[in-house]
Amino acid sequence: MSDDIDITQMETNEILELIQDDLYDGLATEVVASVKELLQRGMTPYDLLTKGLVAGMDVVGVDFRDGILFVPEVLMAAKAMKAGMDILRPLLAETGAPQIGTLVIGTVKGDIHDIGKNLVGMMMEGAGFNVVNLGINVDADTFIKAIREHQPIILGMSALLTTTMPYMGVVIETLKEQNLRDQLIVLVGGAPLNEAFAEEIGADAYCRDAAIAVETAKKLVAIKRGQMA
Amino acid sequence: MDIIHSLLADNPYILTEGAMGTMLFASGLTQGYSPEFWNVEQPEKVATIHQAYLDAGAQILLTNTFGGTRFRLALHKADERVEELNIAAVKLLQKVAQTASRPVLVAGNIGPTGQVLLPYGEMSYDEAREAFAEQAAALIGAGVDLIWIETMADLEEVRAAIEGIRQISQDIPIMATMTFDTRGRTMMGVTPEKAVTTMVSFGASAVGGNCGNGPAEIQGVIEKMHTTLPEAILVAKSNAGVPTLVGGRPVYGASPADMADYAVKVYNAGARIIGACCGSTPDHIKAIAQALALQVG
Repeated sequence: MSDDIDITQMETNEILELIQDDLYDGLATEVVASVKELLQRGMTPYDLLTKGLVAGMDVVGVDFRDGILFVPEVLMAAKAMKAGMDILRPLLAETGAPQIGTLVIGTVKGDIHDIGKNLVGMMMEGAGFNVVNLGINVDADTFIKAIREHQPIILGMSALLTTTMPYMGVVIETLKEQNLRDQLIVLVGGAPLNEAFAEEIGADAYCRDAAIAVETAKKLVAIKRGQMA
Repeated sequence: MDIIHSLLADNPYILTEGAMGTMLFASGLTQGYSPEFWNVEQPEKVATIHQAYLDAGAQILLTNTFGGTRFRLALHKADERVEELNIAAVKLLQKVAQTASRPVLVAGNIGPTGQVLLPYGEMSYDEAREAFAEQAAALIGAGVDLIWIETMADLEEVRAAIEGIRQISQDIPIMATMTFDTRGRTMMGVTPEKAVTTMVSFGASAVGGNCGNGPAEIQGVIEKMHTTLPEAILVAKSNAGVPTLVGGRPVYGASPADMADYAVKVYNAGARIIGACCGSTPDHIKAIAQALALQVG
C-alpha cells in the first residue's frame, strides 16, 4: 500500500514507477501525491505527464487489449489519471508544453447506445486528451458546430447499429463540404463496424475497442503533428 | 415452489421468445426512437409481434420494456413516463396472452440502466435501485407473472435491480441473465461461474446468458454455469449470430435451422429456459420449438 510509503524519501525515478503502479491499481489519491511531490522537485509538467502518467496508462491499455484487465480496472485507472491530469493541465498550458489535443466524440444520429462511446471518452481522457462528449443521437450539424467551437484534432464517432453506421459517412461528407475534413483525424467504432467499412466512408481508422482507440489516436496524432511541423 | 419451478416440474423445458427490437425495426420503428413509446403510439404493432411469438410456441412472453427505466427513457426526454409506458406494455401483452389456449406467462422485461455504477462510473447504487424499483412497481402493479432482467454486465447492477424489485414484491419470481461478450466474460469482467453463484444467491429463480456473439458463446456459458451450480435453473437466449453488413443491410448469421441446433445443444448443456435474442424472429423460435419437441420431448 502506498499509504505506508514516504515518497519524500524516494528517488525521482522510483516515484515515476510508483505513479505507474498506482495508476494500474486505480489509486487516485496516491497518484496526486506523487505528482505534487515531483512538481515540487522541479520536474516539468510535460516530463511528469509523459514519463509518469502516460507511461502508466500505456501499460493499462496493453493489459486491457490482452484481456488481463477488464473495464472496471481500466475505469479506475482512467479516474486516477484524470486526477493527476487535473493538476497538470493548467501547468501544461502555462508552460506552453505540447498539447496532447482535444477529442470530440459522439454516437451518431439515430443511435442511442452510449456505453462503448463513454468508455472511449474516459480512456482518452485517461490518456491525457481533452474530451468533449456530445452524447447520443448526434447529427452532422451538431458535430460541425462542436468542431468549430473546440477545434479538436480527433473526431470520434460511434454506432452500435448496422442501420445507423452509414450516418458516419454522412458526417464525413459534411466535413468535406465544410472544408473541415483535412484538419481532423476521424476515428470510428462500434460492434458492427470493421476496417473495410471505415475505409469505405473515408474515416482514418476503425477502432475495435477503447484500448485500440487510444493506441490509434496517439499514433495518428503523432503522424499528423509530424506532417504539420 | 414458484411458477417457474412448477412449470418445469411438468415440462422438460420452457420455451421463451426471440428478439423484440429486431422485430420492431422490421415493423417500421425508426432507429434512435424509443421502442417503449410504441406501447402507446403503435400498440397494435407491438401486439402483432407478441402474437407471432405466442403462435411460434413461446410459453414466456416479455413486455416491450427493456429500456423502461428512467435512465434509458431520459435519453428520449421521457424519464417522467416510466409508469405510463411500462403499464401500457403489460396491458397490451396481457391481452395477447389471454387469447392463448395454453398457459402463457407474462414477464416484465428490465434491461440495464446504461450507466456505470460508482466507483467506476457516476451512478450511485441507491439511484440505480430506486430506478429499478420504480419500473418494477409499474410492471408488478399491472400484474406481470414474473420479472425478467437481462443483458446485464455488472453484478452490482443486477443486485440493485433485484433489491429494487424486492422493495415492491417479496415473492415475484425473478429471472436474471448477463451478456458474456468479452473474452468469455461480461464487459465488466464477470465470469459465468461467478455470475451463476452470485445471481442465485441474490434470490433469482433462474439465471443465465443472453445476447452476445451467438450460439457457441452462450453454449460455453451454460456449460460453465451448469458445472458450477448443477441445481440452478439456467436460461439461454442467444443472438442469431453476429450481424454482418451485406449491401449496407444487417444480416444475422444464424438461420432458424442453426438456432434449432443451438437450442438442442444448450438443452443438453443444462439450459431449461430457452429462447433467442437480437436477430431472431418468430421463425427462429418455431424452429427451436420443433427441434426441442422432437429431440427432448
